[in-house]
Amino acid sequence: MNAQSNDIATYNFAYLDEQTKRMIRRAILKGIAIPGYQVPFASREMPMPYGWGTGGVQVTASIIGPDDVLKVIDQGADDTTNAVSIRAFFKKVAKVAVTTETAKASIIQTRHRIPEHPLNAGQVLVFQVPIPEPLRFLEPRETETRKMHALEEYGLMHVKLYEDIAKHGRIATTYAYPVKVEGRYVTDPSPTPKFDNPKMHRSPALQLFGAGREKRIYAVPPFTDVVSLDFEDHPFEVQTFDQPCALCGAENVYLDEVILDDHGGHMFVCSDTDHCEKRRADGHHGHLAPETHLASEETEPAE
Amino acid sequence: MTDEPLLRVSALSKFYGSRVGCENVTFDLWPGEVLAVVGESGSGKTTLLNCVSTRLLPSSGTASYRMRDGQWRELYRMSEAERRFLMRTDWGFVHQNPADGLRMTVSAGANVGERLMAVGDRHYGRIRATAVDWLSRVEIDEDRIDDEPRAFSGGMRQRLQIARNLVTGPRLVFMDEPTGGLDVSVQARLLDLLRGLVTDLGLAAIVVTHDLAVARLLSQRMMVMKDGRVVESGLTDRVLDDPRAPYTQLLVSSILQV
Amino acid sequence: MYVAVKGGEAAIANAHRLLADRRRGDRSVPALRLDQIVEQLALGVDRVMSEGSLYDRELAALAIAQARGDMIEAIFLVRAYRTTLPRFGYTNPVDTGAMQIERRISATYKDLPGGQVLGPTFDYTHRLLDPELAAGAEVETPAQRPAEPEAMPRVSAILAHEGLIEADGEMPLDHVPGDITREPLQFPMARDIRLQALSRGDEGFLLALGYSTQRGYARNHPFVGEVRIGEVELELDVPELPFAVPLGSIRVTECQMVNQFKGSAKAPPQFTRGYGLVFGQSERKAMAMALCDRALRAGELGEDVVAAAQDEEFVISHSDNVQATGFVEHLKLPHYVDFQAELGLVRRMRAEYEARENEDKAEEKREAAE
Repeated sequence: MNAQSNDIATYNFAYLDEQTKRMIRRAILKGIAIPGYQVPFASREMPMPYGWGTGGVQVTASIIGPDDVLKVIDQGADDTTNAVSIRAFFKKVAKVAVTTETAKASIIQTRHRIPEHPLNAGQVLVFQVPIPEPLRFLEPRETETRKMHALEEYGLMHVKLYEDIAKHGRIATTYAYPVKVEGRYVTDPSPTPKFDNPKMHRSPALQLFGAGREKRIYAVPPFTDVVSLDFEDHPFEVQTFDQPCALCGAENVYLDEVILDDHGGHMFVCSDTDHCEKRRADGHHGHLAPETHLASEETEPAE
Repeated sequence: MTDEPLLRVSALSKFYGSRVGCENVTFDLWPGEVLAVVGESGSGKTTLLNCVSTRLLPSSGTASYRMRDGQWRELYRMSEAERRFLMRTDWGFVHQNPADGLRMTVSAGANVGERLMAVGDRHYGRIRATAVDWLSRVEIDEDRIDDEPRAFSGGMRQRLQIARNLVTGPRLVFMDEPTGGLDVSVQARLLDLLRGLVTDLGLAAIVVTHDLAVARLLSQRMMVMKDGRVVESGLTDRVLDDPRAPYTQLLVSSILQV
Repeated sequence: MYVAVKGGEAAIANAHRLLADRRRGDRSVPALRLDQIVEQLALGVDRVMSEGSLYDRELAALAIAQARGDMIEAIFLVRAYRTTLPRFGYTNPVDTGAMQIERRISATYKDLPGGQVLGPTFDYTHRLLDPELAAGAEVETPAQRPAEPEAMPRVSAILAHEGLIEADGEMPLDHVPGDITREPLQFPMARDIRLQALSRGDEGFLLALGYSTQRGYARNHPFVGEVRIGEVELELDVPELPFAVPLGSIRVTECQMVNQFKGSAKAPPQFTRGYGLVFGQSERKAMAMALCDRALRAGELGEDVVAAAQDEEFVISHSDNVQATGFVEHLKLPHYVDFQAELGLVRRMRAEYEARENEDKAEEKREAAE
C-alpha cells in the first residue's frame, strides 16, 4: 500500500465519535430514569456484525474512560472467541486495562451470563441483547408491542406461561425468562439462563442492556426490584444441577456440559471460568480436577 | 339501579369522506336489554356498532356509559388505556368470524383465561378451573381444553369466542352477526345457547344482524337502519308484527315470504 | 483428564493471518490495485457505496478488496467506517432535473423532450461470454453526442401538466427531513425516512419484493416513467455565506415509476408514483426500490394491505443486509449456556415421558395377565 493509505481512515477513542457517545449516554440516562423501559436509540454500525454484541459494545464504548478496567465474557467465559475479540477491540481502540477477574472490573460486558461472584456498587454490567422485546414472539408488530407496554397490557405474557404449563406441566422457558422491573415494565433479561434472574434483583451494580440491531437500550438501576413472572401455584424456580463442578467442586453455580468422548462420557464444569479458577486457586477441587497449579490472576494494565 | 340506562348514544354520525357511514343515531340501552340493529349490508349497522364499541371514532355525537361504580363516562373522552381496560373487563365483542376474536394458535383454555390473566389473576389452577367451567357452559367438552381453536368446527369456535368474552362477567356485549357463516342447524343451537346465557347473566347486548329471525329470537328491542339512518325502532315484536316504515315493511315481507 | 481450553486469542490471530493469505492468493499473480477495482468493477463499487451509504469510490474499492469480493462484507466495512464520521451538515436536496445525463429512458413515451438516451447499458447485449475480453482485447473509444444537449425535463413534470399524476407531495412547512443514520427508526414512519431505508436496503431483497408485486402480491400496475443516470451537483448552505457552496458532483440513478390507480376513499383516480434513488449506476436497485416505495404507500392511498411488500414493518425491518447478515451469522457464536438450559429441560421432560410410558406398559401387561 502507498503512504496515503495509512491515513485513509482514522478512528476516535473507543471507536465512536463524541456526538454519538453523548447520544447513547442520553439514552442510557433515560433508561436509568425509567427502569426496564426500552429506549430507542440511533444504533450505529459497529466493526463487528449485528447480533455479535454491537449493542453492548456501543454502551461500553459510550461509558468507558481511560481509567476503567474491562472484563468481557461470553457464556460466562473470558476465553470464548467473541469475548476475546471484543476485549481485544477495546484494548485496541480505547487502550484500557482488561481483566478476567470479576471483582477487579469496573465494567463487565457479558453475553448470556451474569458472573457468579456477587457484583458491587460502582460496577456496571453491560448485557448484549439480541431481541430486547419480551413480547416479540407473541406479537411481531413493534407498533403493537409499544402500545402494550405503554398501557401495561401484559396478559399475553402470562398466556404464554399458561400454555407452557398446559402443554409441558411446567413453565418451559429456560433462558431469556421475562421479568418485571420495579413493578412496571416487563423486560427481557437477554438470553441469560433463568438461573441468573435472581442475581438481577436488587443488585448493587448498574445493569445496562444494549440491543444494536434492534436499536434499543434499557437499564436496571442499582437496588431495583426484578421479579421473574410466574403463577402463584407454579412459582418461578431456577435450574438445579445434580452434581457439583467437576473441576472446583462448586455447588449452586451454573454448569456447562463438556463432552469427553463419543461414548456419552461427559462432565459438568462451571460456566463462569473466572469463578472456577479462583476457587481452584483457593484450594477447592472437584472429582476430575487436574493436579497442576493454575495461575489465578490475569489483569493486563492499560497501555 | 335499573331506573337508569347503561349506555346513552346521542346524535352519533360517522362519515368516510363524503360517504355516510351512519348519521344522527340516538338510543339508550338498559341493563339486561338486548337491542338488535338490523339492515342490509351497507346500511351502517356495523359502522354504528364499531363506533359505539369505540373501535372506531365517530365524526360527531356522544356516547356515555355507566361504569360499575355508577359514574357516567363519555366514551370518546376516555384515554385509550381506560377504553382498552373497559373492553376487556366490562364489555365483550363477538366477531362474526371467530378467528378475529380468538387467538388461533393458543389453546382453548388460554383463550378463555387470557382476560383473567390480563386483569391480574396469577393462579394457574384457578384460571384453568374457570376455563373448564366456561367451556362446559358453552357446551365444549373439557377434554378439548388444551386444543387450539384451529382444530374446532365453526360452531365450536364461535362458542369458544363467546366464553372468552364472558369470563370476566361483562355487563355489555357487542355482537356482529354472531351466527353469520354458520350452518342453519348450528345457528339454531348457538342462538339457543346465546339466549340462555344472556338471560342467565342479565347481559345487555347490541346485536348487529341482517337476519330478522335472529333479532326476533334474541332481542327485546330493535332498530332498523337504511343508508346510515335509523328508519324505525321499537319493541321487536311490534316492529316485526306491525312494521310502520315502508322500508321495514318491505324487509319484513320479503324475508318472511322466503 | 480435562484441561480447560485457553488461547482463543492465538486462534483468532492465526485465523486472521490465514485470511490475509487467502485474500492475497497466489503471490505470482499481481495484486489488485484499488484503481483497477474503481475503474473496472465500477458497478460493484457503486453497490457498495449505495448500500454502504458512503459516496467514496476508493474506500468502496478498498472494502471490496478487503472483503475478497464479498459484497455484503464490503458494505459492512464501509458502514462501520462511515458511522464514525462526524456529521458536518446536510446538503441541499439534489436537483435530478438538472442532471448531467448519461442514460435516460422512458417506457411511457416513445419520444419526449431530450429524447431516449441508452447510455452504457447491458440491455440489448446478447449475454454471450466474450473470449476477447478474456484475451484483453483493445476497446474502441465511444461515440459522443454534442456537448450541449437539450434540456431533459423529468417525465413526472410532463405528466403533471395534465393533472393526471399526483404531485411531488407537500411536506408540512415545519417538516425536517429525518436521518436514519442519526435517529432511531420508529414505526410507522414518514416517507422520507422510508425512502432512506430503502435506498440503503439490500438489492436482492428489494428486487424480490418488487418482483412479488408484479406477480400479484399487491399488484400496482407500474410503468417506468423514467430512469435516468448521471451526475448531479451537491450544494451545502453555509450560514456565513449568502449562497450555497458547491461541493462537487455525484453519480446517481433515479427511477420514477408511474402506477395506474383507480382511486379510493382517500385519493381520486390518477397516476401515482413510486420513487427510487441510489448512488452510482444501478437501475435494478432503483426500479425495485420504486416498486417497493409504491407498495408501501398502500395505507396513505387507502389500499388494503394484503402482501409482504406493503407491510412497512416487515419490509423496513428486514431490508438492511448488514443487520440481516449479522443476526443470521450470529447463530454460529457459542450458545452453550442456553443450549444447556434447553438440554436440561428436554432431559427432564423425556424422563417423565418414559416413566409414564413404562407405567402404561406395565399396566397393559398386568391387564393381559389377568
